[in-house]
Amino acid sequence: MICLGIEGTAHSIGVGIIKDVKGTCHVLSNCIKTYQPEKGGIHPREAANHHATYIAGLISQSVEVAAVEFSDIDLISFSQGPGLGPCLRTVATAARALALALEKPLMGVNHCVAHLEIGRGTVKECTDPVLLYVSGANTQVIAFAEKKYRVFGETLDIGIGNCLDKFGRTMGLEFPCGPKIEKLSAKGTEYLSLPYSIKGMDIAFSGLLTAAETYIKKGRRLEDVCYSMQETTFAMLTEVTERAMAHTEKQEVLLGGGVASNKRLREMVQIMAKERGAQFFVPSQDVCIDNGAMIAWLGLLMYQSGSRMDIDDSLINQRFRTDMVEVTWRD
Amino acid sequence: MTKKILYRGAEAEIHLSTYMGRTVVEKRRVKKAYRIKEIDDYLIASRTREEAKLIAESRGVGVSVPLIYDIDLRNGIIIMEYLDGNRVKDILNVVDESERKRICQMIGESVARLHNHDIIHGDITTSNMILCSDRLYFIDFGLGCKTIEIETKAVDLHVLMEAFESTHSLFSHCFKDVLDGYKRQFYGDVSLVINTIDDIVKRGRYR
Repeated sequence: MICLGIEGTAHSIGVGIIKDVKGTCHVLSNCIKTYQPEKGGIHPREAANHHATYIAGLISQSVEVAAVEFSDIDLISFSQGPGLGPCLRTVATAARALALALEKPLMGVNHCVAHLEIGRGTVKECTDPVLLYVSGANTQVIAFAEKKYRVFGETLDIGIGNCLDKFGRTMGLEFPCGPKIEKLSAKGTEYLSLPYSIKGMDIAFSGLLTAAETYIKKGRRLEDVCYSMQETTFAMLTEVTERAMAHTEKQEVLLGGGVASNKRLREMVQIMAKERGAQFFVPSQDVCIDNGAMIAWLGLLMYQSGSRMDIDDSLINQRFRTDMVEVTWRD
Repeated sequence: MTKKILYRGAEAEIHLSTYMGRTVVEKRRVKKAYRIKEIDDYLIASRTREEAKLIAESRGVGVSVPLIYDIDLRNGIIIMEYLDGNRVKDILNVVDESERKRICQMIGESVARLHNHDIIHGDITTSNMILCSDRLYFIDFGLGCKTIEIETKAVDLHVLMEAFESTHSLFSHCFKDVLDGYKRQFYGDVSLVINTIDDIVKRGRYR
């Protein structure tokens, strides 16, 4: 079965085509375009306009790269939520139009669950992980329990990527700030203590953000503040992930989302896994960030397990929570 | 002295041991290679100190906790009473409806007693409660603190609410029974706490 998936929850518009090869996900193409604001953060309407401009071209490109015909595609899948309303509506409109034109079934999927499923689908040996999903808007620790994907820990205020972006923007860095902060951190030499905020398996970043900005106002080196921010926030993330692993008694940990590109975060989670005797997985870069292939793969899993979606039920949901998804494809 | 690892949690190992002829558990906070020494040292020492202090205080306000025999701050070790009971996490899904209701109300009453004296547990999940000879014991105060803030008390209950949603999802309605117990014992204006829980839920992503 071949599925085309469209992702567009935030700054990236992506179209991916995947094929099911004996229960694993084979990515045929995965084309992505990312909206870059001229200044400041993501403006939802501007991002949606960006997506509308490029989506048709990306669909053609994706089909071309995959070396398939439109008639080979069996299913159209799209990111139904959570995300920015204007972006979601743009993508949903494109997906509906494509499904109707090709006379193929349509499937809306949850973006967060797609991040987890693409790990299971593309990484060999990854079967029942705890996912640390870290991106601009999202920071969640997700695992399968009692027939659903449940959120064991999450941010109580802002996402980790958002925390890094807000700090970076104050410092005059360009969006996305994560990679720039990672570079600056490497030159940090002194650790400045920052609030370490863990509540059970939940975390909060806003107090830490304020404290980091205060250090800068007091004249501390930017490199040291970046280093301290990374060390503190990533230690918090690693700790809540480990808590969730202990709580759920699972032996695998998977990373997902844009911030998972950070090498220091990868290293910390990997060390934690090793010390617990657990396995550490991170999907390849192109399916780890927001992308169409993961949306296609989850759509395919849902369709094959018997889920169906009418156009009438394909309304987007900006607040589509991870634990709202009926998991029909796992026991 | 023979030692046996009873449980390996996220931040500590629980060893079965003996202390002056008694069977005890030794809670050892282990060094984590993933975090830098500055953070590691700080977390291990402060949590060990805070935990020992809060356990001792909780006993004083009428909440069952293990007796503490010895503390080693530098190595992050607390030696305490061994409780031969069941974790609430393991039994809550299997007991009958009326028993579940009774346990949940007991949980609420105990949390209220803690909060009446400004003790915040910090990690109220059913893994951190042990039912032993029909008394509900609280363990693992490592993330706890003392504060008069309503907000922090509400966050404390919110952690438990989430535990019900994730680990006891079939019985997540039982959190209501927890709140019933809490209302019975809480001294102050309970509606302030409960309204703040709603605020915290709404503040979260996608609520």
